[in-house]
Amino acid sequence: MTNKKTLIVITSFFTFIFLIFFKGLNNSNTYKPSKSQNDTIPKFSAYSFYEKKIINSENIFNEKKFYLLNIWSSWCLPCRDEHPLIMSLKENKKLEIIGLNYKDKNKNAKKFIDDLGNPYSRILLDNDGTKAIEWGAYGVPETFLIFDNKIIKKYIGPLNPESVLEIKNYIK
Amino acid sequence: MLSSSIGYYSLIFGLCVSIVIIFLSIRNFKISNNLDKKILIFSFVQFALVLVSFLGLISAFVFSDFSNETVFNNSHTTKPLFYKITGTWGNHEGSLLLWLLVLTLFIFIFLLKSKNQPNKYRILTVIFQQIIIFGFFTFLIKTSNPFNYLFPINEEGLGLNPILQDPALAIHPPILYLGYVGSSIIFSSVLAATTLNNINIYWAKHIKVWVLTSWVFLTLGILLGSIWAYYELGWGGFWFWDPVENVSLMPWLALTTLFHCLLVLEKRPIFKSWVIILSISTFTLSMCGTFLVRSGILNSVHTFANDPERGLFILSFLFVLVFISIFIFFIFHKNDENYSSPIFLLSKETSLVINNWFMMYFLSVILIGTVYPIFLDVISSQKISVGPPFYHKLLIPFLIPFLIFMAIGPRLKWIKSELKGKSNLILLLIISLFLSFFIIRNFDPNYLLNSILIGSAFYLFFITIQDFFIKKKRLSQNVAHFGFSLLILSILFNNILSKEIITNLRVGESYKNKDLEIVFNDLIKEDKKNYVSFTGNFSITDKSFKSLLKPELRVYNQPNIITSEADIKITLYRDNFITINSVKNEDYFNVRYLVKPFMLWIWISVLLIVLGGLTSLLKKND
Repeated sequence: MTNKKTLIVITSFFTFIFLIFFKGLNNSNTYKPSKSQNDTIPKFSAYSFYEKKIINSENIFNEKKFYLLNIWSSWCLPCRDEHPLIMSLKENKKLEIIGLNYKDKNKNAKKFIDDLGNPYSRILLDNDGTKAIEWGAYGVPETFLIFDNKIIKKYIGPLNPESVLEIKNYIK
Repeated sequence: MLSSSIGYYSLIFGLCVSIVIIFLSIRNFKISNNLDKKILIFSFVQFALVLVSFLGLISAFVFSDFSNETVFNNSHTTKPLFYKITGTWGNHEGSLLLWLLVLTLFIFIFLLKSKNQPNKYRILTVIFQQIIIFGFFTFLIKTSNPFNYLFPINEEGLGLNPILQDPALAIHPPILYLGYVGSSIIFSSVLAATTLNNINIYWAKHIKVWVLTSWVFLTLGILLGSIWAYYELGWGGFWFWDPVENVSLMPWLALTTLFHCLLVLEKRPIFKSWVIILSISTFTLSMCGTFLVRSGILNSVHTFANDPERGLFILSFLFVLVFISIFIFFIFHKNDENYSSPIFLLSKETSLVINNWFMMYFLSVILIGTVYPIFLDVISSQKISVGPPFYHKLLIPFLIPFLIFMAIGPRLKWIKSELKGKSNLILLLIISLFLSFFIIRNFDPNYLLNSILIGSAFYLFFITIQDFFIKKKRLSQNVAHFGFSLLILSILFNNILSKEIITNLRVGESYKNKDLEIVFNDLIKEDKKNYVSFTGNFSITDKSFKSLLKPELRVYNQPNIITSEADIKITLYRDNFITINSVKNEDYFNVRYLVKPFMLWIWISVLLIVLGGLTSLLKKND
């Protein structure tokens, strides 16, 4: 009798292991950034670009309006390409654009802004790239549309005219 | 072209022969007590077919037949002939074909060598083994056919991973496989013997040869892999607790424990359940290793193919075998161990049981460390990786009693014994503790644990040395245990005394600290057959040592991979190890200089352990 019970217990134990392995097979084992659409934005604090003061994310995304977080870097060529498009969004009063300067040298970043214009109401620094990871970014450039502390839309890679149109539709 | 077709059709025929043998054996098992000669003949035919198929693949590699997909993916015309041949099993498809070859070879040898065993048992073993062989045939043909035809035919292949172009690694997989596959014979045999209630002293004597053989190959295979990692991967370590290394260590632990249980079973009919469970787990762990490595479920330096279909097949096959063995164990195994012959506290059996449990503990720690990340990922989608600190913290403290029992155990007698020469044993223990305390105090005074650990390793060391003079009969055991104590000692001293210097240097620059100086003299560029080599020329001066070391950086063209070849100056007491790596877009090189004491002794002691196994094997064959 006890023999039978042990058999059942062991069999179910191995069945459980089988199921776990089976599920594990379908899981990809590469690193996937965890933040995606409809997620709440991460809380973080970062130095600001000009004043070099620590700013908390809660003090940035606190109003009931749309925010656009753009991760950029002066060494990234696609960022240069998409920059005019971001400049074109600057005039929109319903939208506030925040820049996250990713793994950059301050001098080069300043030159980039001086040459191409500053669409950002605020620029935050991410010298070691950890903030971008918290946001779940794959690389630069990457852009997040945020409303009410939620990521509404995530654009991987440079923005193009279609995505700008889409953003404009969202904030109408 | 032709050789591929021959190879492919031999495989198909081999699969058919498998079915024929299973039918023949089942009929034979039902109607008669004699082994049908046809089974023997068909087993040979099957082996011959797989051999033809394997030779077909080798010839496709040698003649660079790029109409074969496996050859195209893994070979290149400029590759040296030796690596063209070894490239045959350096890839997923070829290595499985090798598995199959060894599987069929071993069952044939088993049939020849087991004539004095009951025929019913032999037939049943054949059936179980053929089920495994059948599984591997279908796996090979269905999901990883080595003879896939490519059209149009390419002029040039994609090359073999240059990291795998290394003599130690070229023979590492076949040797390891001999060990893994040998455990399949143990598995089939134990299932057959359990079903027929045939687990007894004679069976133990007969299967011990197989256990020892697989054990010797498995140990050698692990050693070769470790040597390769040491000088090829350029990390300067020999064991990284990488999942793939762990999966080869786990069957080794199970097999070692199994062997010691068999030693008891040879003398007295106890430990039967231990023997059955360990035999089953050895093979299951080997298969589990294949599954983990081949399915890409784990992240590791070794991960080869990442194909869910393959993983699914091995997984299902593995669990079919697991369930079959569980049911056989529970239905047929009668626990008729003789309780009238009790086990006394002070006896060889007791110390064996204690160390068996320690081995099981080591095994479970490694098993948990290896598969836990998978479980966590599936259940909570968290990614973690388990590293050396986990294993060190959990394993090392328990090594102390393990070593002490290993030292005392062989001194005890079977069944019931009295500890003779107690004063001698205690005296040695005190000497070893003091010795290690004084050695350790000079290097790192903070580690009390280390000094006890080294003390117990020294204890085993001295006791085994003494055993060489007292018990001349058990030479094999002494050699193996002595090797083990030497291994632990070398690893410990290697860990404590290693030094490492990492710096960036340019040609002409030098690095200096209070006890040594490294000068980067020059850099030579050479064009070789399938790579470009950059050889650095370093002179190193320290207190006791002055030498020239020439690490190399190889830039392969097919495929485009950079590998770093360490230059190692090997002496009896220490290795001086240097590697260079390029720093992007600069003329600086990243230089890593390591002093690794007693490296040579790690390899020697493992060889001693193997030698112990071999002497025992040869003694049995007389």
